[in-house]
Amino acid sequence: MSDPKGRARVGVYVCHCGTNIAGVINVKDVAEYGATLPNVVVSREYKYMCSDPGQELIHQDIHEHALDRIVVASCSPLLHEHTFRTATEAGGLNPFFFHMVNIREHASWVHTDKPAATVKARDMLRAAVKRVVRHRALETRSVPINPDVLVLGGGIAGIHAALTLAKAGKKVYLVEREATIGGYMAQFDKTFPTLDCAACILTPKMSSVKAHPNITLWTYAEVTRVDGYVGNFKVEVTRYPRYVNEALCSGCMQCVEACVYKEGRVPDAFNFGLSKRKPIYMPFPQATPSVVLVDPEACIDFKSGKCKKTCIEACDRDAIDLKQAKDVQQITVGSMIVATGFQPFDVKRTPYYGYGRYPNVFTSLEVERLVNASGPTGGEVVGRDGKKPKAVGIIHCVGSRDKNTNAWCSRVCCMYSLKLAHLIREHTEAEVFNFYIDMRTPGKGFEEFYQRLLHEGVHFIRGRVAEVTDWAHDRSEDGKLVIRVEDTLLGTVRRVPVDMVVLSAGLEPREDAQDVRRLFNISCATEGFFLERHPKLAPVNTTTDGIFLAGCCQGPKDIPDTVAQAGAAASEALSLIDAGEIELEPNTAYIEADHCSGCKTCIPMCPYSAISFVAERDQVAVNRAEINEALCKGCGTCVATCPSGSIHQNLFEDDQIFDEIAGLLEFAR
Amino acid sequence: MSSSTDTNVTHGPNPTTPEAFPVAQGPVAIFTKAKDESLIRRRIRYQREADVGWMQRLAAQPGCEGLYACIQCGTCSATCPLSIYMDFTPRRVIQLVREGFRNDALRSQTIWLCASCYACAVHCPQNIHITDVMYTLKREAIAEKLAPKRFPIPVLAGVFYNMVRNHGRTSEFWIVLRLMLRTNPLGLLSMAKTGLALLRTGRMTLTQERVKARHELRAMLPPTEEVR
Amino acid sequence: MSAPGHTASPERYLYFPGCSLKSTGAAYEESLLTMFRLLGAGVDELEDWNCCGATSYMAISEHSAFALAARNLALAQRTGAHELMAPCSACYLVLMKTLDYRKRYAQVDQSVREALDRAGLPTTNGVRVRHPLEILYTDFGAARLKSMSVRKWTGGRLACYYGCQAVRPYSEVDDPHQPTRMEALLNAVGVPTVDYTLRTKCCGGSLTGTIPTVGVRLNYELLKEAVRNGAEAIVTICPLCQFNLDAYQAQIRADIWKTLEVPVLYLTQVLGWMLGGEWKELGLNRSISGAKVLRRWLTAPKEKEAYV
Repeated sequence: MSDPKGRARVGVYVCHCGTNIAGVINVKDVAEYGATLPNVVVSREYKYMCSDPGQELIHQDIHEHALDRIVVASCSPLLHEHTFRTATEAGGLNPFFFHMVNIREHASWVHTDKPAATVKARDMLRAAVKRVVRHRALETRSVPINPDVLVLGGGIAGIHAALTLAKAGKKVYLVEREATIGGYMAQFDKTFPTLDCAACILTPKMSSVKAHPNITLWTYAEVTRVDGYVGNFKVEVTRYPRYVNEALCSGCMQCVEACVYKEGRVPDAFNFGLSKRKPIYMPFPQATPSVVLVDPEACIDFKSGKCKKTCIEACDRDAIDLKQAKDVQQITVGSMIVATGFQPFDVKRTPYYGYGRYPNVFTSLEVERLVNASGPTGGEVVGRDGKKPKAVGIIHCVGSRDKNTNAWCSRVCCMYSLKLAHLIREHTEAEVFNFYIDMRTPGKGFEEFYQRLLHEGVHFIRGRVAEVTDWAHDRSEDGKLVIRVEDTLLGTVRRVPVDMVVLSAGLEPREDAQDVRRLFNISCATEGFFLERHPKLAPVNTTTDGIFLAGCCQGPKDIPDTVAQAGAAASEALSLIDAGEIELEPNTAYIEADHCSGCKTCIPMCPYSAISFVAERDQVAVNRAEINEALCKGCGTCVATCPSGSIHQNLFEDDQIFDEIAGLLEFAR
Repeated sequence: MSSSTDTNVTHGPNPTTPEAFPVAQGPVAIFTKAKDESLIRRRIRYQREADVGWMQRLAAQPGCEGLYACIQCGTCSATCPLSIYMDFTPRRVIQLVREGFRNDALRSQTIWLCASCYACAVHCPQNIHITDVMYTLKREAIAEKLAPKRFPIPVLAGVFYNMVRNHGRTSEFWIVLRLMLRTNPLGLLSMAKTGLALLRTGRMTLTQERVKARHELRAMLPPTEEVR
Repeated sequence: MSAPGHTASPERYLYFPGCSLKSTGAAYEESLLTMFRLLGAGVDELEDWNCCGATSYMAISEHSAFALAARNLALAQRTGAHELMAPCSACYLVLMKTLDYRKRYAQVDQSVREALDRAGLPTTNGVRVRHPLEILYTDFGAARLKSMSVRKWTGGRLACYYGCQAVRPYSEVDDPHQPTRMEALLNAVGVPTVDYTLRTKCCGGSLTGTIPTVGVRLNYELLKEAVRNGAEAIVTICPLCQFNLDAYQAQIRADIWKTLEVPVLYLTQVLGWMLGGEWKELGLNRSISGAKVLRRWLTAPKEKEAYV
C-alpha cells in the first residue's frame, strides 16, 4: 500500500562494507545527505550492514520509528538482497518494502575519483528513496517439487548421478541416446592415473543401474520435448525402435551368428570404424541393456524387403520385431540433470597432421581400441598395414590451445597421452616420443604418474609439432612418417621418423549442444559447453532452476572430476527434492485482464514460454493472454511489448521506475 | 640463528660491494696461467643488459601485437624451412624480443634468412604474425646499422630499395651486379653461367626499367620514410 | 573487370605484371597472355605500374612499402576497374597485404592515404586483387577448360608446386595446407599430376642468389622430393619459384645430382599448350633446364580448332 499522497516513513542505511565502500566513498556524507531527503525518518551509517548487529538496527528502527520502507545502500542485491528482505520481514514489514542500492559494485569498486563517487552514491540513494515509496506489498508463492528426476546421458556422469539418486530412494529416469549406457569410458582401455581397466570399474555400475528398482533405463531414446518449470517439468521421451523386443531379448546373440551376412560390412562405431559389424549387432559385449539391435540402413530386409531373415529363425524367444514402431513416453519430473558429455575433436580439421592421408596416423581414441584386448586387433598395436611399429610419435594438443581450432586446454590429453605412451610401450616395445608444449598433470596422483613414465624410457620432446609428412631426407626416412619439430629444450630442430603417429585430440562440445540447450532452456558459454551458474560457487547449477549439469558437457574433465560433479549434481537435486517446495520470486509480470485485447503480441516474445492465449474457459469466451507466474522470470520483455500497456511487472511498476529516474536526474536541475 | 636480544651481534643493512672490490665482467681471461682456455665459455644474462621496454615498443607496430601471446611452443621453428640455418630459431628470436635482449635479436642472421613464406604465421596457435615481427626487426637493424656489413641480404634490400625509390622498377641485372660488387665481387664469376643462360633465353634485360610518372613517387615516398 | 573504352567484351582483366614478368618471368607473361586469349578473355596491362616492393622494400621502411604498393591499386582504381590480376605471387601478396593492413591499422591507412593524396591519386580503394590460378578456377572452372582443350597431353607427370606467398597468409587462391586447384585444372584437361608433401614449402626466394648454400639447397630438396614421388616436371605459379627451380639445376648437377634434368613450367604454359597455343608464344623456348625433355614431349598437334 503506497500512500497516494506519496508519503512514507523511510529508513536509510549506508554501509561501509569495511573499506570496500568507505575507502572510496564518504559514507558519513552520504548518510547525512540521506537524512535530508523527503520521507526519510532515519538515516544511519554502519560498518557491516549484513552482520547481525546491522540487521538488528533495522528491526529496532522499524519498531522505534514506525518505519514502513527500508533502503540499504551497500553491495550487490545478488549477494544480500535476501538477507535484508529477511531482516525487514523480521521487523514486521512486508519484505518487498525493502530496496537495495549497490554503491559498491556500481560506485566504489569501479571509480577511483573519490568525490565523484560520493556524488554518484548520493544520486543513487536519492533515486532509491523516491522509488521505495512506491513499493507495494507482495507475497511469494511456493510450488511443490516432484521427487522424480530425469538424468539425460548414460555415460559415467549420468550413471553415477542416477545411482546416487536411486540409492536415496528417488525415482530416476535415465535416458541415453545410444543403444547402451557406458559412454566413452566403456571404450577406454586403462584409465589414468591408476591404470585400472575402464570396463572393470564401469560395468558393475552399469549392472547396478539396470538392476536398481528405482531407475527406469531408456536407451536408444532421446528427450524430444520439455515443458514446465522447476518442480514440475513435463518431458516427452521418444524411444526409437531397435526392432528387437527389449523385454524378450536375452542377449544370446544367436541372431548375429545367423545373419545372412557372413561377416561384418558396416564400420563399427564402438571401434571407431577399425572393425566391421553386421546389420544386427550387440554394441559391445557388456552392453547394458544386453539387447541386440538392427540397423535399418544396413539390413537387407529394410532396404529391399527380400531377406531370408535367418535372424528371426535363430531366435528362440521371438524377440526380433522388424515392424517395431517408436514409442513416445510422457513423464513428469521435478528436476533434471544434463550429462550429455563431449565429442572428440575431429582431426580432419588439422590436415597437416596427415590423418586420412597417411594410413598410420591414428587418433587417441582409435589407439584406445587397438590396445584393448577386446578391441579390433585383440590388443595388438599394429598399423593399418598390420605391421608392428618400431617408433611411435604421440602429438599432444591436437585441436586444443590453438586459436586456429579450439583455444582451450582439453585438460585430459596430457594424462592420456602419458597413459597411451605407457600402453604402447608395453604392447610393442617401440620407441615412443611424446611431443608436448607443457606437461599438465595437476590431479591427485598425476605428477606421480608422470614420474612413472619418466622411468619407462619414453622420449619427452618439448615442441609443438607443425606437420607430419612422408618427406624423406634419405633412405633411413623412406616409408616413414617424419615429424619435424623444434626440441625447444635442446634448442635445435629435429627430424624424428616414426611408423605410427597418435594424435591426442582434444574434447569439444557435442555438435548438437545448441539444440539440447534450446530444448532445456539453459545456456551455452562462448566455447559451446553448457554454462554453469557460477564457475566457482555454483558449478553444477544452471541459470534455470531445477536443471543441473554433470560431466564433460559443462567442460572437459577427467573421470575423477566427472564422478565428483555427478555426485554434486545429484545432491543439488536431492536438496531441492527434500526441501519439498520452492519459493518463487514475485518479480513476475501480470496482465491487467480488463485491458488485454487479446492481440497476442506478447506471446511469442516470452523467452520462457510463460504466456499463453486462453480462448475460452469452461465454455466461456476469454480471449486473453495469461501469464504462468511459475514460469515467468521477470525479464520485462512482454511489459515493454504490450501495445496497450496492459502488462505490468511486480517490483518494476511504471511509477516506481519513473520516480527512480526522476530521483537520479534531480541533480540536473 | 641469533636472537634479536643478543647484544653481542650487530645486524646492519645488507653489505654492498664497496668501491674497493672490482667486479669481473665479460670475457676477461683472469685466474689463468694457460694460454688457451678458450674451450671454456661463460654464458649468463644479466638483467642490466635487457631493454625491458623494447617489447612494448615493438608490439605497438602494425602486425606485432601478438608478441604478448607467445607461449614458446616452437611451432614456428618446426615449420620454418630456414630455421635449421639460423643462429637463433624464430621462437628464440621472439623470446629475445620479449625479454629485451636487443643486441642479440638485431644482430642475428635469423631476421635476414627469413624468406617471408608465412608458414610460421599460419601455423602459430596463438595467431602471432611472426613474419611481421621479422620485418620490424629488419627495419630496426638497418636503421641502427646493426646488420652485418657484408651480409648479402641486407645489402640486397638496400640496393633494391634505392633502385625502386629512384626508378620505380627493378632491373635484375643491375641489382645483382651492385649486390655482388658490394659483397662478393669474385662471386660474379660463378654467377656468369646463370647470367648467360638468362640472356640466351631472353629472360634478362640490361636496361634499367623506369616508371614514367616518377614525380608521383617523389611526392609520395619521402614523408612516409620518417615513419619507421 | 572492364576497363574504360572497351565495350561488351566477354571478360577483360586488368593485369599487373610486376618486375619479374618483364625479365626472368617473361615466359609467364607470354603464356598468360596467350592462354587468356585462347580462353576468349582480354588482358590489359596496368599503365605505368611500379614495382610492388616485394620483400626488400618492407625490410627498410614499412609505410613507404605500403604507399609504394598502394600506388598500383590507386592507378587501377582510376581506370574504373574493380579487379587487378597479379600473377607473381610476391606481387599478389604485397597488394593483398596492403589492402588488408589499410583496413586493419589506422596508422597505415593514414600514411597511405596522405601519400596517395600528395601524388594526386585516389585515396579510397575499391579494387580487388586476384591471382590467375584463382581466376582460372573460379571464373572459368575445370569443366570449361576441359571442353576447350584441343590437345592430348604427350608429356610426363607433373608435380604442382604452389610456393608460399600465393597461399599464405591469404588463402583465397587455395588452401594453405592442402591446395588442390592446380591439380584439379590440370587433371581436367588430361595432364597427370603426382602428389608430394612439399607443394607449399618455400623455395627460398632471393636466397638462391644471396646465400646459395641455403637457397640452392632448398630447391634441391624440392626437386628431389617431387622426383622421388614420380614427377617428371614441375609446374608453378610464381616467377621466382620457376626461376629458382629452373636456373640452378646446373649447379645442383655439378654439386650433387648428376642426372637432374627436370623442366619447370608455368601453369599458364601447360594450360596454354592444352588450349592450342604454340611453342614460342607460350615462352617454352625460354626454359633453361629440361629443354630437351620438353622438345621430346610437346609434339602433339592440335586435334581440333581452339574455341575462341
